[in-house]
Amino acid sequence: MDKLSLVAVASIVIAGLTMAIGSLGPSLGQGKAIQQALSAIAQQPDERNSLTRTLFVGLAMIESIAIYCFVISMIVIFANPFWGYFVKAGG
Amino acid sequence: MEIVAVNQISPDQVILWSWSFITINVTIIYTWLVMAILVIGSWLVTRNLSTGINVSRWQHFLEVVISTIRGEIGEMTKKGVDDYVPLIGTLFLFICLSNVMAIIPGYVPPTASLMTTAALAICVFIAVPFYGISRNGVLHYLKEYFQPNFIFFPFHVMGEISRTLALTVRLFGNIMSHEKVIGILLSVTPLVFPVIMQALGLLIGVIQAYIFAILSMVYIASATSAQEESHKAEVSEGITA
Repeated sequence: MDKLSLVAVASIVIAGLTMAIGSLGPSLGQGKAIQQALSAIAQQPDERNSLTRTLFVGLAMIESIAIYCFVISMIVIFANPFWGYFVKAGG
Repeated sequence: MEIVAVNQISPDQVILWSWSFITINVTIIYTWLVMAILVIGSWLVTRNLSTGINVSRWQHFLEVVISTIRGEIGEMTKKGVDDYVPLIGTLFLFICLSNVMAIIPGYVPPTASLMTTAALAICVFIAVPFYGISRNGVLHYLKEYFQPNFIFFPFHVMGEISRTLALTVRLFGNIMSHEKVIGILLSVTPLVFPVIMQALGLLIGVIQAYIFAILSMVYIASATSAQEESHKAEVSEGITA
């Protein structure tokens, strides 16, 4: 296997692994956050507005971790810096 | 009609016109389009405002939008709501319109480019010290960086930078991922599923605009109100002493 296909294989495998592992934690965290928020709304329906707003802000914070992983996997696949380097070096 | 190919990560790479160092790409064109719609639309509506009983329906629409934004900001901060409405409202309307217009064929949301979202996040990054200083003065603003003691100064600075980065990448990642999902689905199952994802994309676009506006309001409120409390505490201590 030459260097170019090594880079390609590593990029694809790493992109898949990044999404798989990177979405594991945030999805668990979001599930816990929504669970707590739902029980809080069930107990205090009057506080619904502020609870929902805080929930959205918190979900955005948690989700950004998964989004970082997604952006990195996109960079690895579509805009890989090593790919261009090895294409130039290999001719 | 596909302007940005599937293997291009950002609409910045599609260059329409270039002359020496000036390049006009798709992002700039669509940013101008959104800006023009917002400016010309609100100019047309606010050209003849009326306070009587007969109010035009577009004036009703804009009044609903503005009063909703004011209400949301008013729940976050206690006083000085009208200081924040221009910035936060503009951010929300711009992001919301540029995301929602993604259902128009041939349109690429300018927020799918990292440059646009970085520019918006830098606006918030500058607005935080601006509002903090204009409300509490330079000394109180700078003092907040050394709370609870001077060891925490680098952490405060890192927090400022990393949350700007988070704002940038969150909006960019959400909108760009939606574009890519549509592009991939069109090549796999082109019949019904892209429509469902487009409908989901409308929801995501509005929620992301809301989150961007709310988070920038949270950052600005934390820079202004936290210092007000410590300032008040000092004043009350001074009174009791």
